[in-house]
Amino acid sequence: MSMRTPLGRVVGFGSAKSGTEDFWLQRLTAIASIPLTIAGLVLVISLTGHSYSAVKQTLASPLVAVLLMLFVLANVLHMKIGVQIVIEDYVYDKNTKLTLLMLNIFFAWAIGLACFYAILKISFGV
Amino acid sequence: MADAQAPIKRPLSPHLQVYRLTLSMVMSGMHRITGLSLCAGLIMVTWWLLATAAGRNAHDTFTAFASSWIGLLILFGFSWALLHHLLGGLRYLVWDLGYWLENDEREWLVRANIIGSIALTVLLWAILVLSGMR
Repeated sequence: MSMRTPLGRVVGFGSAKSGTEDFWLQRLTAIASIPLTIAGLVLVISLTGHSYSAVKQTLASPLVAVLLMLFVLANVLHMKIGVQIVIEDYVYDKNTKLTLLMLNIFFAWAIGLACFYAILKISFGV
Repeated sequence: MADAQAPIKRPLSPHLQVYRLTLSMVMSGMHRITGLSLCAGLIMVTWWLLATAAGRNAHDTFTAFASSWIGLLILFGFSWALLHHLLGGLRYLVWDLGYWLENDEREWLVRANIIGSIALTVLLWAILVLSGMR
């Protein structure tokens, strides 16, 4: 049992000089998502009612492919942080929380990689 | 370790139940719910991209699902959740910067969020139905 007060134990350590990355990244990806989502909606509108080959050809064009990848990147990062905050707020059991936090990271990576792979495959046509 | 000892019953500080339910509180919850449901939307987007990459058969399977009534229902819900979350995000960015925080301004912004998301969803689907007919 330490005789030191709680204050005495922490004085001098200062802040961790970190901890705002998620706050910043969540807002950065939110702002990035605004024009990218509008572009995505315009893309979906322009592709509705078109044949498979037309859809594939449009998605393979460099501008559309790059915009789609930016859309996926911004949204997957945003989704990962957002779901993590919800888990941390509402799941109290330690093991359940750790499991869900891990599954959330796996999910974000799986979605991100699957989308990137699909976009590149459509673009390079292999 | 804290959890090795028997928990001491301490009085809890009051939480949400002591406050009158307001629209902005409900909308805060809605922002989280729509955000979570957008995960399902992103799964749909991933399926669409993978199916297009995989080939004509896989793409046909996706289109068949997306144009079925359950698929359309999911896409309609996805589009509303997306627009609601997007407008809600703009609302939080405005508040983060310290603007429109007075009582009537907050109420106005929250109502604009609801009405805007419904109006934009209806507009989007009107355009989608029209472009699907060409």
